[in-house]
Amino acid sequence: MKTLPQAIDIDSENSLTHAPSKILGDGMGEKTLTRMDLSEAVFREVGLSRNESADLVESVLQHVSDALVAGEAVKISSFGTFSVRGKAARVGRNPKTGEEVPISPRRVLSFRPSHLMKDRVAAGAKS
Amino acid sequence: MIRSELIQKIADENPHLTQRHVERIVNTVFEEIISALARGDRVELRGFGAFSVKARDARVGRNPRTGESVAVDEKRVPFFKTGKLLRDRLNGHDTGPDDDE
Repeated sequence: MKTLPQAIDIDSENSLTHAPSKILGDGMGEKTLTRMDLSEAVFREVGLSRNESADLVESVLQHVSDALVAGEAVKISSFGTFSVRGKAARVGRNPKTGEEVPISPRRVLSFRPSHLMKDRVAAGAKS
Repeated sequence: MIRSELIQKIADENPHLTQRHVERIVNTVFEEIISALARGDRVELRGFGAFSVKARDARVGRNPRTGESVAVDEKRVPFFKTGKLLRDRLNGHDTGPDDDE
């Protein structure tokens, strides 16, 4: 009776839980989600394999990035708009040494959240 | 590019999936990001960027039409910071897949 073998713990499910990384700054967030969490959501909602879900999440990000790099704006209704803006060259200053340094013209990405996103974030966990 | 075009591109690359499936996949990705932010969580997508929530303090605003002061409550707003790899790609430095902050 007491010779029953110890159960082998094969339940690795727990390894998927998030590290409790603290958000910096305002201290209201609890977790940091990554690609893995998005893939997990696709896996849960759509029922593809974990691998394929991960590939598709990557593909979404890749297509959005490629369009932006090509100079296109990306408008995702009820999520928000990513747009690329050009910034002119200017003279900057090294804040440590006071030295003037030229800053070359560059392209920057801006994200404008949709009303829906703003409203849901403002409402918080209640939404 | 708009949502439907993004869905179309991914559907074209995945002929084994129905349009309906691809729609659900794409919608799930964006919906998951919004829900995380609504909970006050942060979403960090290396190489792409990070979505987070910033708190804005309460302040006394002014109605620009009437000049009247109005109290504006403290609120939380979504924020996106571009990832290093994407920022570099936007400026023509096509670096390898190693990134990021």
